[in-house]
Amino acid sequence: MAKKNKEIKETKQQVHKKVLKRRKPNRSIWGDFFVYLFLVLVALAMVFPLVFAVNSALKPLDELFMFPPKLFAQNPTLDNFSDLFVTMGKSWVTFSRYAFNTVFITVVGTAGHLIICSMGAFVLAKYDFPGGKTFFNVVVVALMFNGYVTAIPNYLIINALGWVDTYWAIIVPAFAAPIGLFLMKQFMEGLPMSLIEAAQIDGASLWKIFITIVMPNVKPAWLTLIIFSVQSLWNNRAATFIYSEEKKTLVYALQQIQSGGIARTGQAAAVTVVVMIVPIITFILSESQTLETMASSGLKE
Amino acid sequence: MTEYIRKYFELRRHNLQVALKKAKKSKMCYFFLAPYAILFFMFYILPVGTSIFFSFTYYNILEPPRFVGLQNYISLILQDDIFLTGVKNTFMIAVITGPLGYILSFLFAWLINELPRYLRAIAVVVFYAPSIAGNVFMIFSIFFRGDAYGYVNAFLMNAGIIDAPILWLVDPKYMLPICMIVILWMSLGTGFLSFVAGLQGVDSSQFEAGYMDGVKNRWQELWYITLPNMKPMLLFGAVMAITQAFGVCDVTMALCGYPSTDYAARTVVTHLFDYGYSRFEMGYASAIATLLFLVMILCKKAVQGLLRRVGT
Repeated sequence: MAKKNKEIKETKQQVHKKVLKRRKPNRSIWGDFFVYLFLVLVALAMVFPLVFAVNSALKPLDELFMFPPKLFAQNPTLDNFSDLFVTMGKSWVTFSRYAFNTVFITVVGTAGHLIICSMGAFVLAKYDFPGGKTFFNVVVVALMFNGYVTAIPNYLIINALGWVDTYWAIIVPAFAAPIGLFLMKQFMEGLPMSLIEAAQIDGASLWKIFITIVMPNVKPAWLTLIIFSVQSLWNNRAATFIYSEEKKTLVYALQQIQSGGIARTGQAAAVTVVVMIVPIITFILSESQTLETMASSGLKE
Repeated sequence: MTEYIRKYFELRRHNLQVALKKAKKSKMCYFFLAPYAILFFMFYILPVGTSIFFSFTYYNILEPPRFVGLQNYISLILQDDIFLTGVKNTFMIAVITGPLGYILSFLFAWLINELPRYLRAIAVVVFYAPSIAGNVFMIFSIFFRGDAYGYVNAFLMNAGIIDAPILWLVDPKYMLPICMIVILWMSLGTGFLSFVAGLQGVDSSQFEAGYMDGVKNRWQELWYITLPNMKPMLLFGAVMAITQAFGVCDVTMALCGYPSTDYAARTVVTHLFDYGYSRFEMGYASAIATLLFLVMILCKKAVQGLLRRVGT
């Protein structure tokens, strides 16, 4: 089945390519030229701060304070990074503990998010039951909720549950992030119903259908959910819910170093790079799958 | 009249019975949805509910909440000048960066769409990276530093445009525009990805048909074929843009300080943050949150209405 799907996709792509070539008549050369010029200029402007950040991290101290500044490091070194590790090594709570906290929160939060969202999305996408549509509409409205806005009542609720100062205060709310359910449901809508019906006739239970048929067919969506979840959990400073130093996340610890003033300028630059590199790398690794999922992200009225 | 009412209720009862029967048949569905639904209710619906409830009370966490009616809203709108500054700033930011960021997201997605495959993959990363790069935007505080060693100042002074350094992030005149630039830089986010993906999915035979029917240039193609096909993604992107535009506070707080000079960079969410986390006036903060929700939902409705007219 999967193989057949792939074949269909490949032929589709070939046809697409041919058509693309024939689509040229509506394009003028000058139009193309200006479009590309514009794109290149904007792309350079977009990437400039990022390049600058990376280069700052590679500059030795004397170059960091040099004026006028050079965009590219003259004598690139990894000193800032090794300094950072020395500082982290001497901190009161060890580096490995911070790293463990972040990895634990990210992995458990993402796994739970993936499973719970897929289960909900599956029945919402494939079965028509009373209340399902209404529930989904509420989730769409919830896409607009800003973390700060719900933070205060969230704190009260987590306090009532007795979860303040535990990992669960970060992990469990992340399970229910609306963007995950939304994307998963939209992607599952694209699965042919005949697949599921065939299995139903064979007497498979809903569980079995879910695990053996639906889940293997929505792998691109898994990756997308993982990416979004990792992005938000990795950048989570966990400062509102967690007070014990030994439960705080890596990003929190790194930002503490970053706020250490002039003497830490080099390390601060290294921190910026460490913090930004993880979400960007995960995105690059899964770009094509993410885009495949986002193709079904549209909101029908 | 009574006949109508009786019939209406009969219909409702009948519908309810049908729904109940259906619900009984799909027990497993509810079972599947339950874990998500419970958590979603606890961490997304209940907070909104409690927010609305607390907005009618005076509550400072230590004492039990005391009912004060509409007092919070009245003092918010009539007495709190700083809140009005916040509303003005948020409104400015939302009106400028919201639509502009949204349009730019679409524009770049559309232009990128015609690039060859590998180039496109790189371009997507380049445009999308700023929005997921954590706090890299802090680098702008180096560019816009207030002394003569700030890069922008140095550049402008060398070029002879200004003769004394400008306090970019302290002078109320420049704070908002700088924040807007940074927010725009970061605005190509989830909505942008959705547009890129959606554009690749537009059925190419439609372009051929359009060509046959006399579509002459890329702009006509955009308006008559691409945009109507993209409506669902456009709505999703709009939802994301609204969230972003009204939720601004990270950037302004990090760049211009908290509190900023003359509250010139205060937004509604900063104000909420101030009352919720610094002064612990939860009732008051909840009133701000409730107003923000209302505005966001109204905004989404408005965009939905606008998008119905696309391509006609």
